[in-house]
Amino acid sequence: MTDELPKTHVAIGATDGDAAAAGQPLLRIEGVAKTFGTFRAVDGVSLEIKAGEFFALLGPSGCGKTTLLRMLAGFEAPDEGRILLSGRDIAQALPHERPINMMFQNYALFPHLSVRDNIAFGLKRAGMARAEIATRVAEMVALVKLEGLEKRKPDQLSGGQRQRVALARALARRPQLLLLDEPLAALDKKLRESTQGELMELQRRLGMTFIIVTHDQEEAMTMADRIGVMKSGRLAQVASPRELYEAPRSRWIAEFVGDVNLFDGESKLRDGHRLVIGTRDAGALVVAEPREPVGAGRLAVAIRPEKVKLSRRGPVSEAGREKAINRLDGVIADICYLGGTTTYKVKLDTGGMVQASVANSARTDVDAYSLNQHVVAWFTPDDCMVLQS
Amino acid sequence: MRKIARLSRFNVASLALGLAFLYLPILILVIYSFNASRLVTVWGGWSLRWYHEFFNDRAMIEAAWMSLRVAVSSATIATLLGTLAAVALSRGERFRGRTLFSGMLYAPLVMPEVITGLSLLLLFVALNAERGFWTVTIAHTTLTMCFVAVVVQSRLGSLDRSLEEAAMDLGCDPVRAFVAVTLPLIAPAIVAGWMLAFTLSLDDLVIASFTTGPGSATLPIRIYSEVRLGVKPEINAICTLVIALIAVVIVIASLASKLSSSQGESAAPL
Repeated sequence: MTDELPKTHVAIGATDGDAAAAGQPLLRIEGVAKTFGTFRAVDGVSLEIKAGEFFALLGPSGCGKTTLLRMLAGFEAPDEGRILLSGRDIAQALPHERPINMMFQNYALFPHLSVRDNIAFGLKRAGMARAEIATRVAEMVALVKLEGLEKRKPDQLSGGQRQRVALARALARRPQLLLLDEPLAALDKKLRESTQGELMELQRRLGMTFIIVTHDQEEAMTMADRIGVMKSGRLAQVASPRELYEAPRSRWIAEFVGDVNLFDGESKLRDGHRLVIGTRDAGALVVAEPREPVGAGRLAVAIRPEKVKLSRRGPVSEAGREKAINRLDGVIADICYLGGTTTYKVKLDTGGMVQASVANSARTDVDAYSLNQHVVAWFTPDDCMVLQS
Repeated sequence: MRKIARLSRFNVASLALGLAFLYLPILILVIYSFNASRLVTVWGGWSLRWYHEFFNDRAMIEAAWMSLRVAVSSATIATLLGTLAAVALSRGERFRGRTLFSGMLYAPLVMPEVITGLSLLLLFVALNAERGFWTVTIAHTTLTMCFVAVVVQSRLGSLDRSLEEAAMDLGCDPVRAFVAVTLPLIAPAIVAGWMLAFTLSLDDLVIASFTTGPGSATLPIRIYSEVRLGVKPEINAICTLVIALIAVVIVIASLASKLSSSQGESAAPL
């Protein structure tokens, strides 16, 4: 499943120094593995991250994403593999020897130090001159909008303010790479959303490379340029948010990222550029031929709820009559009003269930469906994904 | 400040009884230390005579000085060793025999003092060590070290591990991270541990009498031997001074541990 990188890496030894300029990735993880006792927390992960990228490691708890992050920070040493930062192998380097800083999930602010001293902590260790430290701290305080709170202790700050101090402290040393371990998990929803925007803006403005670990797929989708989905210590897919959502590599990813309707099927029939897959719950479904050829055996047709359209009668287009689209008859079994959208659960006459998410584009409910109403759920072959189970 | 709930009559009575049970003997001792009469049980009016007597009793003063020296040095050594043990137990990797080590560290907490004293005496005799100041100090260190370890370890346990990691992430090697972050945060517990060790050493009679030698009696030993010859009112005066000293130390220790627990609770609102 993992993107296997070629083991023969070219020209890394030759280009010391500025890797980005030489077209090298800033960070290159090669076959990294870590075992705790008998548990393989990280199992052969390979990954490249470009300078200036906002990368998210996404996965359920226990998938190894935090362990991978801790290996990048230097709190765990990998059992196998290499971690190259600008071409230098740092896999066994201690945390203080790496030009990498981390923002901790619980922020890990020093309770005995003021906001100013927390931010200045790393600068003092770097042996920076007093005046320079003062300038840098002031700059950081302004960056995260904490003016006036410099003398407070962490326990005199709100959760959002503490989060900012942690960010400023991690950024103060101007690391080549900033690691963020669930940075927004402790904030409430509204604050989390506004902080997401601020983090993205900050990252773009500083041109820094961020790696964020999160279990929240919406957060990853919102912020990251690319997302690496982890499952049981392996990278299941590395892709842009859109690709991850619209072209998941496996059934598990399709279910983990967003909502999805899945129809298990087996038989397979070619019809020009289309495949016909016989499913148990929804009869024969016409799907566009996937880019990567699918093998024989058990397949699943996946369709996102917002791509399922509902109508009172069948679709009137030419295509509909020619059966090039999928049309499923059923009755509304459940209605879930969410404000911006309404999710309908349609019980199909063929026995299955399909979810359709409809945008509430008007204030009135003239377009709404009611319980037990007969409807037609339809979707185009191009919106279907074929997944190997 | 939260409003203190009013106590019922029953609660007041039981509290008064309990406190009287605990403190009435001490109160009587303190009052009688100001007795002018030579007879311990007969009140002869207020006087500081016995305090004066004590400060002119060279043997007593020497014993008190000995006790203070033993208490300060054993408390200091115990704090050093106990802190190191606590750090090893709560911070170190899961080394082999860790459970055994922590069990052994805490054994003196529950060991009868007679046994600790006797075994130390046997050890010193076997080593042919001259018994006196140092043997008592070592014995008291073994007694009090585990108390220090318990106090410091509980503080370390409540400390967030990621604080040290954050320090390392920000450029400290492991030793500097400990000195810059962990040590200031556990300092109140270390102070409290020292105070506890100090008072324990100061009032120990059993272990000291096993491990001391001729001519180097501690204050409790001296008092005990005096009492066997009959209680002089001077003893009351000495005891009052000891009580005052211990009270001061305990108040400081509890203030220090209170400070230590209120710090570091990062979620505390303003």
